[in-house]
Amino acid sequence: MAHEIRRFRSPTTEAPLARYGLMALAFLFLALFLILPLAAVFIEAFRKGVGEFLAAFGDPDTLAAIRLTLLVAVIAVPLNLVFGVAAAWAIAKFEFKGKAFLTTLIDLPFSVSPVISGLVYVLLFGSASMLGPWLKSHGIEILFAVPGIVLATIFVTFPFVARELIPLMQDQGTGDEEAALSLGASGWQTFRYVTLPNIRWGLLYGVLLCNARAMGEFGAVSVVSGRIRGLTNTMPLHVEILYNEYNFVAAFAVASLLAGLALVTLVVKTLLELRYGAEIAAGRKH
Amino acid sequence: MDVSVRNIRKEFDRYPALNDVSLDIRSGELIALLGPSGSGKTTLLRLIAGLEQPTLGSIFFGEEDASHKSVQERHVGFVFQHYALFRHMTVADNIAFGLTVRTRSERPPKAEIRRRVEELLDMVHLSGLGKRYPNQLSGGQRQRVALARAMAIEPRVLLLDEPFGALDAKVRKELRRWLREFHDRTGHTTVFVTHDQEEALELADRVVVMSQGKIEQVGSSDDVYDRPNSPFVFSFIGDSASLPVTVEEGGIRFEGKETGIAPGAGDIAAGEGTLFFRPQDVALVTDPAAPALEGRVATSRRLAGTRIADIDVGTPERPHHVEIEVPLDANAAGGASIRFRPTRWKLFGA
Repeated sequence: MAHEIRRFRSPTTEAPLARYGLMALAFLFLALFLILPLAAVFIEAFRKGVGEFLAAFGDPDTLAAIRLTLLVAVIAVPLNLVFGVAAAWAIAKFEFKGKAFLTTLIDLPFSVSPVISGLVYVLLFGSASMLGPWLKSHGIEILFAVPGIVLATIFVTFPFVARELIPLMQDQGTGDEEAALSLGASGWQTFRYVTLPNIRWGLLYGVLLCNARAMGEFGAVSVVSGRIRGLTNTMPLHVEILYNEYNFVAAFAVASLLAGLALVTLVVKTLLELRYGAEIAAGRKH
Repeated sequence: MDVSVRNIRKEFDRYPALNDVSLDIRSGELIALLGPSGSGKTTLLRLIAGLEQPTLGSIFFGEEDASHKSVQERHVGFVFQHYALFRHMTVADNIAFGLTVRTRSERPPKAEIRRRVEELLDMVHLSGLGKRYPNQLSGGQRQRVALARAMAIEPRVLLLDEPFGALDAKVRKELRRWLREFHDRTGHTTVFVTHDQEEALELADRVVVMSQGKIEQVGSSDDVYDRPNSPFVFSFIGDSASLPVTVEEGGIRFEGKETGIAPGAGDIAAGEGTLFFRPQDVALVTDPAAPALEGRVATSRRLAGTRIADIDVGTPERPHHVEIEVPLDANAAGGASIRFRPTRWKLFGA
């Protein structure tokens, strides 16, 4: 009997050869293009031992790059959190003219090359622009300074929170909010005690992705930063500079820090998905 | 609290969901808004609650014009179709919500809130479940938590949107009886929306029958069932059969033939009309010489203690089917010829 049963296959299951072939292909691809390079980063970082690896972080320029990256993330992520929640709230809960346009606009940074995102600010604030001379005469530095880097990072990362929340909030509808209002809650109380708890895991998920991108962004930041060592170099830019100077151990040491951040993000993201899968799933229908 | 809806019109994108609707709800009354989907019954309920703003018209709570008051200011208890319980809060926190969000000066002390919650849990027969979360409760229990939550703010009016819509048949019946008792005990003015006529007829003091954004009839269960005032109400409430007839020489004729019944006082005296009757309000006519409706049995089915026959009373060119109740001992086999006459009917002019 046992072999009779085993012979039955669900209609969507292919023959073993096709199945294992596809799985092997997927794993091979991942190993070749993801795991191998990732491993290479860590191997290169520790090639000359732990001492050299740690020594790389003693360099004041490296420390400055790490500090700057954290500073940018600390400014950009909360701003995008506020913007993301506000935009998602408006799109999911209100009907207004230009809603479809706003939804499309939010996706813009995903569809535009990061280099363009950076160039936009050069055109806007550069010395050849209309604003440039005025800014210069007032001593306001945006380009090749921290404000420019923050602006470029915000631009690149603003879809993450909003896109995570819009489908989630649309899915949840306005029933809970109406219930809270009918019970006498104010608008703020409704948001604070009803809406926010309903979206918290989706929000955390969006913030996590937003943060990972904010810290790892290269293209847009590279255009506006000017790459002044110790001043306007973020971690990804610093990695490139070190590498170009043949300082491989230091380059890979900093890179391993970024890769480590990515791995932590991945683990937390997976844990969130396991624990709050249903709530987040609504946000991934797009 | 009396609630008076006066000449309300509500448009969604220029499309009128309610058109010139007026309704007086008396204090302490249990009233049902009954109608098919799209009739505007839920819109009317939401307008009373303040969850929608009317395009035209006004709503009075007692002597006070509440038309421009916000939903918070109206102080109504609203029970949503899918309950809208706050899933991240315990049952007790859900019930306490309306009290805890009050401003400090109006908020009762914590111990008092806790006491109120216990009292409400007891009232809805859920004592001891305060620490549970909504997803740990059955549908019927959630329904009662939603009701307790709405009652916690001591609302002036209790509004329920399809209160039993999402429950299975057995729980529906239990809760229906329970809600009636609950209403009789608390005496709140209560309005509920339903598309289930059985629910409306059994539960409500008065039934408001709605269709296409208008109120068709307001009356007791007996009124709307026994004395429907429009073809819509007659066909919507209960089972019914209808026939296109003419009134000539004081008699009602179908397909030119006498039916043996005559229009009563208040019915049209001549011309075309539609005859409505209930399947059980017919009598078989055995005398072949007496005028009657005549037809052949298409199908018949046994329904508990009675037999329902589908009879074609039309002509071969224009078949017209009506369903009537026939005695169990009558010959109602397919193809059998049957003659009958309505004993109670209503005639509406065309």
